[in-house]
Amino acid sequence: MRCREVVELMTDYIEGALSESDRARFEAHLSTCDGCTRYLEHLRTTIRLSGKLGADTIPPELEAELLNAFKDWKSRG
Amino acid sequence: MTLVDPELDAIRSGDERIFEELTRRHYPAMLRLAMAYLRDREAADDVIQETWVNFLRSLDRFEGRSSLRTWLFGILTNIARARRRREARVITFTSLFGLLPDSRGPTVDPKRFGKNGTWLTDPPSWSQVPEQILEGQETLAQVKEAIEALPPKLREVIVLRDVAGFSADEVGQALQISTGNQRVRLHRARAAVRQKLEDYMR
Repeated sequence: MRCREVVELMTDYIEGALSESDRARFEAHLSTCDGCTRYLEHLRTTIRLSGKLGADTIPPELEAELLNAFKDWKSRG
Repeated sequence: MTLVDPELDAIRSGDERIFEELTRRHYPAMLRLAMAYLRDREAADDVIQETWVNFLRSLDRFEGRSSLRTWLFGILTNIARARRRREARVITFTSLFGLLPDSRGPTVDPKRFGKNGTWLTDPPSWSQVPEQILEGQETLAQVKEAIEALPPKLREVIVLRDVAGFSADEVGQALQISTGNQRVRLHRARAAVRQKLEDYMR
């Protein structure tokens, strides 16, 4: 396996979707390749940072409209 | 499999407090997903409202085979996609790039590898970057920008998986796409965001 191919397998690796033999080859490559090890770290960091994106809060008007919709739905029972 | 969901029961019995709690909790992820299809916040909020109304109307039909969250986001996806089709009057850059996810091209610039397929120069290490910078607001703004620049097919997947923290199964159900297809899109999306971060950290 070459770096060029290894980088394209990284999400499959992270997701646990590689076959056992591919995973073994992948990990063997990583154990001797700083570049791919870093690339994998980059992807893991990318995933972690995506999960930290700030949460917008619901606008009060929308919240009020949703509550009205709920009351409506309830009254129609 | 039928899931027992106390929140669902509470909503069915008309509990306003639980309903409000639910709309608040899911809002951030719903907004990001809606924004994957519609650029404008107002349109996205409209879609969210329509989603909840639809959700309530279809409560009787919900049999609990998927989680409430998966079901909710499935409704949102359908409404947002339909609206986007209606509103796609102009061929934008985004819709052109929308073709990309099906392409099989490499996600890393081929020029970074030598003839034998190994790195010409290793990607830079981020382990020395201080945490305050790596996780700082400016870096997160880069991530956000990179995600917003993705074509919708890539954006919807990364938003649900990595931003909102859905499982692969949940995303497959909500978007009605195969696991394999999901992974291809996820990989392309993550690679694009990673590249933006690498450029930024340089």
